[in-house]
Amino acid sequence: MSFDAKKGDWVQIHRIVLKPEERTGKIPEETKKVPLEMWVKGRLKEDANIGHTVEIFTAKRTIKGELVEVNPVYTYSFGEEFVPELNKVGEIVKNIVRGDDN
Amino acid sequence: MARDNSYDAVMGRKDEIIENATRINYEDYEAGKLSFDYERMMKDTGFSLQDVIRIQRDVGVGNTPLLELRNLTKLVRKISPKGKGARIFVKDEQCNPSGSFKDRRASMSVYMAKKLGYKGVVAATSGNYGAAVASQAAIRNIDCIIVQECYDSRKVGQPEILEKQRKCECLGAEVIQLTVGPELFYEFLKALEETNFFNASLYSPYGIAGVESLGYEIAMQCRDMIGKEPEVVMVTNAGGGNLTGTARGLIKAGAVDTKVYGASVDLSGLHMASDIDFNRKAFTTGHTGFGVPYLTDPDHSDVPRSAARALRYMDQYQLVKQGEVFFITEALAELEGMERGPAGNTSLTAAFALAREMDEDQIIVVQETEYTGAGKHPLAQLSFARQNGIEVKFGNSEEEVPGKNIILPEHPSMIKSRHFDMDKLRHSYIKNAVRKANTKEIEKLDLEFLVKETKSNAEFVEGVLKELGVTVK
Repeated sequence: MSFDAKKGDWVQIHRIVLKPEERTGKIPEETKKVPLEMWVKGRLKEDANIGHTVEIFTAKRTIKGELVEVNPVYTYSFGEEFVPELNKVGEIVKNIVRGDDN
Repeated sequence: MARDNSYDAVMGRKDEIIENATRINYEDYEAGKLSFDYERMMKDTGFSLQDVIRIQRDVGVGNTPLLELRNLTKLVRKISPKGKGARIFVKDEQCNPSGSFKDRRASMSVYMAKKLGYKGVVAATSGNYGAAVASQAAIRNIDCIIVQECYDSRKVGQPEILEKQRKCECLGAEVIQLTVGPELFYEFLKALEETNFFNASLYSPYGIAGVESLGYEIAMQCRDMIGKEPEVVMVTNAGGGNLTGTARGLIKAGAVDTKVYGASVDLSGLHMASDIDFNRKAFTTGHTGFGVPYLTDPDHSDVPRSAARALRYMDQYQLVKQGEVFFITEALAELEGMERGPAGNTSLTAAFALAREMDEDQIIVVQETEYTGAGKHPLAQLSFARQNGIEVKFGNSEEEVPGKNIILPEHPSMIKSRHFDMDKLRHSYIKNAVRKANTKEIEKLDLEFLVKETKSNAEFVEGVLKELGVTVK
């Protein structure tokens, strides 16, 4: 049987730290309605599939959670759309600074 | 027997966990009804300023260049009355190993951790401090765990925080990512207790002592390059450690006439613990959502008594708008050829506004830059804002409403100084201190403490106490 992830793979797990009813008093209503969730990466202890409850080895601990990704990638970027207003700012300031000199 | 790791049980062991993880018995410094001996706590680090500088040089921290921003100064003078437009200098702190001034703080905390025999460090931070601790831990061969508030309940993360996660992990640290909420402290305490690592708190006396070298270098470099001390040093303010350490360093260098101004991005109206507001802001730190609460109640961090006490040292507090900072960030890139991150550009924006009111022969120093890149760059931030329903447009900065729009000024002359009412901050500080002490009677030494804490005088403090119905025994 083949698994999504092998023992020793670099993976990310997910865990609910506090359920909505366990959250503390001094937070806004919209935050109180949702759980406190956690993600962490480490080396997988045993072969497993995505969605399984697994254990991973981290800096000094063994942490349990749901396997969500193998070899997790970084997906943020310089933005999903270009912001032309920024070029305009450059033109505005350069026109003023270079104005009298040119 | 297994340890009870429920929320209430862990929070109940808070004091013990923090003491084991800092080796500081904070109770030793308590005095009177609400005071504590701040200077003794700082002295007990055992570090002189020269020790700090030596330790930092060993790990490549500090001694960063002070650069004159000639084209930005020229821009200021073109839009100001004749004779106005102070010279603007910037301390290029991105030259530190992990790319920000936070290496100064981390270098001292990690040095202490190693010296005391800890095998690793834990820090709760979503900012540059995480990368700084990770970097210093790598240099000193110990482990590092960063606990980060990162996502909203849709698992959407602010690009700037995602960049910091990546950087920490790429420097070899473990990053615990959490959704929004102050219960992050619970995971942080558990990490400390389960690993027996050191609490590399942003607010420990070690960290703040580490920033003193920054203020000291500014004074020395200004004397060397310009032949005098700066009139104003502008500091981006969030938790208050940057301003506190810099001001203490300036004083130690003898630059006692230099004014220290704080600057924050105005995010009024947004709740910092809100799952909805979390991704409606384009700045993750250096904003009023941290700045104001920490100025008026410094002791609500991950240590019982914070060594960051900005109200003691702050002469003025300047507010800038999100759109103004993006404008100045772009101006810095296109006029000075320097791409830098948002934290330093917050103080640069406030300095730009203030320089317009100052004379041409005066000097204003922006005391930090930070590295930038994907996630931190205005392109990423403004694109993310648009995706989250925030309107981005040119207009009048005064009409910017945090969480609704980001307004880029149509012309740099629209970037003006906004002073926060310092007495209002002082008033709130005293009110919070008295409320937390839960008393209607304080001692004479408490009065003296409050005067120092608020950089005010006995008459002012007595006036506020009277209003609150508190007497001095």
